[in-house]
Amino acid sequence: MPEPAIIELTKARMREFIREPEAVFWVFAFPMVLTLALGFAFRSKPPDRIPVAVVAGPHAAEQMAALAKSPALLPRVMDEAAAAAQLRTGKVSMLIGGGAEPLYRFDATRPDARTARLEVDDALQRAAGRQDLIKAREERVSEQGSRYIDFLVPGLLGMNLMGTGMWGVGFSIVNARMKKLLKRLIATPMRKTEYLLAQFFSRLIFLVFEVVFLIAFAWIVFNVRVHGSFVTFGVITLIGGFAFSGIGLLVASRARTIEAVSGMMNLVMVPMWIGSGVFFSYERFPDAAKPFIRALPLTALNDALRGVMNDGSGWAQVWMPVAILVAWGGISFALALKLFKWQ
Amino acid sequence: MADAAIHCRGLKKYFSDVKAVDGLDLRVEPGECFGLLGPNGAGKTTTIEILEGLQPPDGGDVEVLGRRWKGDERELRERIGISLQETQFTDKLTVFETLTLFRSFYREGHDPDELLRRLTLEEKRDARVGKLSGGQKQRLAVACALIGMPDILFLDEPTTGLDPQSRLQLWQVVTEFRANGGTVLLTTHYMDEAERLCDRIAIVDHGKVIALGTPKELIAKLEAPNIIEFTSEPALPEETFANLCEGYHGCAKRADGWQLRVDSLAEAVPRLIAVVEKSGAKLRTLSTHAATLEDLFVAMTGRELRDA
Ligand SMILES: Nc1ncnc2c1ncn2[C@@H]1O[C@H](COP(=O)(O)OP(=O)(O)OP(=O)(O)O)[C@@H](O)[C@H]1O
Ligand SMILES: [Mg+2]
Repeated sequence: MPEPAIIELTKARMREFIREPEAVFWVFAFPMVLTLALGFAFRSKPPDRIPVAVVAGPHAAEQMAALAKSPALLPRVMDEAAAAAQLRTGKVSMLIGGGAEPLYRFDATRPDARTARLEVDDALQRAAGRQDLIKAREERVSEQGSRYIDFLVPGLLGMNLMGTGMWGVGFSIVNARMKKLLKRLIATPMRKTEYLLAQFFSRLIFLVFEVVFLIAFAWIVFNVRVHGSFVTFGVITLIGGFAFSGIGLLVASRARTIEAVSGMMNLVMVPMWIGSGVFFSYERFPDAAKPFIRALPLTALNDALRGVMNDGSGWAQVWMPVAILVAWGGISFALALKLFKWQ
Repeated sequence: MADAAIHCRGLKKYFSDVKAVDGLDLRVEPGECFGLLGPNGAGKTTTIEILEGLQPPDGGDVEVLGRRWKGDERELRERIGISLQETQFTDKLTVFETLTLFRSFYREGHDPDELLRRLTLEEKRDARVGKLSGGQKQRLAVACALIGMPDILFLDEPTTGLDPQSRLQLWQVVTEFRANGGTVLLTTHYMDEAERLCDRIAIVDHGKVIALGTPKELIAKLEAPNIIEFTSEPALPEETFANLCEGYHGCAKRADGWQLRVDSLAEAVPRLIAVVEKSGAKLRTLSTHAATLEDLFVAMTGRELRDA
């Protein structure tokens, strides 16, 4: 006895996908490479010492000794002309001249120069015998959950779910339409909704692997953790996958060529790459734009994923973005069913 | 009389200014093999796709197995098998996987492996569809048409692009299908195919049936069992052979010469040679053959069935 059509259709779609090595790379390997690259580029490390120039002269040795005590500075002695040239080209952030009563030369619009001025002045005053009037204590924070990589991983996951959801469904459908395979399929007693559902099911099955891979990778390499419930997290990724598959289906519902569908996919996705806070928080956008940004499906997915992953939120806190996702998916799917062209 | 397997009346389909199907009537009896024969663009594919319920007609009425597409679509789909003019399957799936997928759409059907054996595709069972030759793909398309044990098989140009051996195999498959009571509607450009396989043939041109009957009846319409084809230098006008001989039935212009329809070659050929000589022209080629459907088409339309 053959398997039911929905199972055969899902199997066929999954085979088609795993036999396409490029697709497997973009879905599984690419997000990891991206996480790795961005994770290292933005990894938390002690701040670099700020280079400053001490102009050669009778007081240079004494100033050097004082400045060398500061962990934030990298002082060097050079003659006036060389120091001026290095300051101009930004190789040093500040120039210390003037002898017993020092002269600070720096560009006050540069944050590193302002920091250098404070650090240099502090070091020289201390060396000259200044006492601290109050004793302050320091506590350095680099807490897991507040690093850039912790912000980045859910964003990348959301972006990946969007890309694979839309492409995974859209590309194969347009391809099948172009080759008249859809026409051949509707010439059988196959139920049309089963075909579309099979696209969803195969997508959701791959999504599980995709999410587990990326999360395990981020955990092992960067110690990024899911603070909230894994079940909540998993359900949100599935809802995200559903929403973007629905949008992919809608985009592909009438397109006749790969070029046409690519163009439309980009039209939908590019604004979200920029606006939805994948790499940087969307809090910097004007307040007037925020309601629209929050209504975008990728923003909703990223907010929900970050809530659960970084803040340990539960349904009570993330129901809003999740509802937005469900609405996007449901409306897109319903519209796609209406608009879908089989030939 | 029992229901016809396929019955359509006054079928029309217009694409902006092209009248692809223009008032076409057909009746295909159960168990019959019916052929639609016609040149490129005659409307064969459009007609067969309307009958298959894949395109809506602009006018006219279609009944398949006594049912209409509106309302009975699912039931009809269970009972017909289709091979489109150019179906491509998913390149990444194997032949067996493709056939198993199609099997899953039907309530009952053949065992995929058994069908692969019948179409001599068993060697390619686990090959990717993308790696098949044109003829193998065509056989897979026919296998997919047969998998649901249909009552009616629709084949749109099933043997175009096949080598002679693959064509013979396909003819064999069609013959077996009919031996079990199946009805076949096929389109083709090939006379020999139509004459060999079909009980009845409709010659279609410009979206209309211009001749209908058994191959024998159609050839008899020519009223001339023999054909002479010749070219001369310089070309001759039609009047030259107007009163060629007893039993001369007319002529048609071919690419670079003439085609004459005659009763008796023994009588006509010597007369033709004499007439050409008398006109001062030189005979370059001369050939004769027994009349075929192709000649009927040329006689009726003045055009060839296939683009030369
Ligand atoms: N979708 C369409 N849009 C516009 N014109 C069409 C369409 N389909 C068919 N036609 C036109 O209708 C006419 C009949 O086409 P059809 O495909 O039915 O011919 P055919 O007999 O199958 O030809 P062939 O032997 O080349 O397959 C042609 O002139 C064709 O250009
Ligand atoms: Mg055709």
